[in-house]
Amino acid sequence: MAVDTPSQSVAKAAGDDVARGRSRGTGSHRGAPKRSLSTHWYAWAMVAPVTVVIAVIIGYPLVRGIYLSLTDANERNVARSIGVNQIPATYEFVGLDNYTDAITGGQFLGTLGWTIVWTVSCVALTFALGLGLANILNRKIAGRSAYRLMLILPWAVPGFVSVFAWRFLYNQDNGLLNKVLAGGGIDAVPWLNDPTWAKISVIATNVWLGVPFMMVALLGGLQSIPGELYEAAEMDGANAWQRFRHITMPGLRSVSTTVVLLSTIWTFNMFPVIFLLTRGGPGEATQILVTQAYKFSFEVSPRDFAQSSTWGVLILVLLMVFAAFYQRVLRKQGEVW
Amino acid sequence: MTTTTPTPQVMNTPVRGRRSPLASVALHVTLITASVIAVFPVLWVLLTSLKPAKFATTTDFFKETTFENYTNLLNDTPFLTWFGNSLLVAGLTTVVGVFISATTGYAVSRFRFPGKRGLMWTLLITQMFPVAVLIVPIYNIMASMGLLNQPAGLVITYLTIAVPFCAWMMKGFFDTIPREIDESGYVDGLTPFGTFWRLILPLAKPGIAVTAFYSFITAWGEVAYASAFMVGDENLTLAGGLQKFVNQYGAQWGPMAAASVLIAVPAALVFLFAQRHLVTGMSAGAVKG
Repeated sequence: MAVDTPSQSVAKAAGDDVARGRSRGTGSHRGAPKRSLSTHWYAWAMVAPVTVVIAVIIGYPLVRGIYLSLTDANERNVARSIGVNQIPATYEFVGLDNYTDAITGGQFLGTLGWTIVWTVSCVALTFALGLGLANILNRKIAGRSAYRLMLILPWAVPGFVSVFAWRFLYNQDNGLLNKVLAGGGIDAVPWLNDPTWAKISVIATNVWLGVPFMMVALLGGLQSIPGELYEAAEMDGANAWQRFRHITMPGLRSVSTTVVLLSTIWTFNMFPVIFLLTRGGPGEATQILVTQAYKFSFEVSPRDFAQSSTWGVLILVLLMVFAAFYQRVLRKQGEVW
Repeated sequence: MTTTTPTPQVMNTPVRGRRSPLASVALHVTLITASVIAVFPVLWVLLTSLKPAKFATTTDFFKETTFENYTNLLNDTPFLTWFGNSLLVAGLTTVVGVFISATTGYAVSRFRFPGKRGLMWTLLITQMFPVAVLIVPIYNIMASMGLLNQPAGLVITYLTIAVPFCAWMMKGFFDTIPREIDESGYVDGLTPFGTFWRLILPLAKPGIAVTAFYSFITAWGEVAYASAFMVGDENLTLAGGLQKFVNQYGAQWGPMAAASVLIAVPAALVFLFAQRHLVTGMSAGAVKG
């Protein structure tokens, strides 16, 4: 999805810019540093603002976060000021202790397990529902625009507002869901107060939030598949399932690989849904890695900055490994991105 | 994403155009069910906001319709302050983010230069940064600079999300503008900066608008940093403020519903208006690479 592959660079070079033209004029394409500066200075000048901003507000905190994960920093030993007194930092470097603790202790692995279940079920359900709805909306059907508008609504409303709407529906004593069940003579369901139900509820809410994006992206993909392919397939006697299997699915590949990767990363890090719906509760039942790391640094006392950073770094490593692995699998299947 | 099908000739062929009435009914039933599920939670909040607060949890659709939740919200709570804070933070993030990233999107789209590959990877990887890696160090830095509880601190923090995203997305938009336009600029003696400023930027306005809108929405709906960095009633943004209505001690569903409606309606209207371009831009940025 993101990378300039060799073949693309070649294709781009065909219509390439002044950079190429000028370097051709001065001789070799990759000249001495001085020449490369004169050739590329405007490109570098153009990317300079972003580079500086990323280095200062992402690079530096990242390095510091990694450093904190190698220390025993917490609220009591970091540099702080109480009134006019400046108290210097007294935390110490502890090497990889935090990482060994995290990986050998049960809490990280337990949370990771639920995070994976959460991510896989959310992405799978979202994708399946989104694909189904996109396929229906891609047909000629009365009222299509109206349906599309309604189906897209969960995406249009700011996420934290929707989460509160769901919390309102889930409320055990006063929520609409339980009142409707009571009307049918069914006992109240502890939607957010029982570990298993809470897990189901957070997944349901997140799927509700995520389907419109999937649907719209896949609908875009469907509409870019040339109709002639279906026509030809029909001539050859392919039935609906065969057309779906051999034309629609391959035609959707590039869109779906992108949206699946994006939505996996988003879901893995989906802070607001868990945080606002259950705060990770009951107990720690719905705590995913991100919310637990947040809890370490902002909700427990003393705030444990070191452990929080350790979990953060581990999350980042996991996601990067996943993305690299994902890309490799696609490469093997001949898909380049 | 047009409503007219791009393949009319297929639709008109007798084989595919035909659908049994039963299948039509099934499709409509599916769509109606899905639409009800999609709309209902939002609709329910809207209906609740129009009931007197003491009836907030009744199952009736309408009950003594009144605007008292709205008047209470605007008069007796800091809602407008929160709204203003959110507007300020999200607006500044958008303007600064778009301003910083525009030239980068252009450079990455048009030029080949040493370091480009690394930069593109960085832009991509920073988008998968979990909030958990950065939140502690940024919190400590903001604390030491006295920027906690300040809109400026939150704006700087949001730039960590907005800048890589905007640069990436604008690259996608610039890719859709033909290179011949750049070349005509060079022929006329414009520098690369002049070409960018006078020729490309005006053409990219819709793309920039979409990018701006998207980063605005992202900042508008951000929860984690806002909850951690902003405390005290007068400094909260909306995401933090709404949490005040519903906490472990009790829930004021009436004002919460009214606040939700006031936050959601403008956002949803703009969103529904802009979303066609939004998806085009995202897939252009994401798929083309």
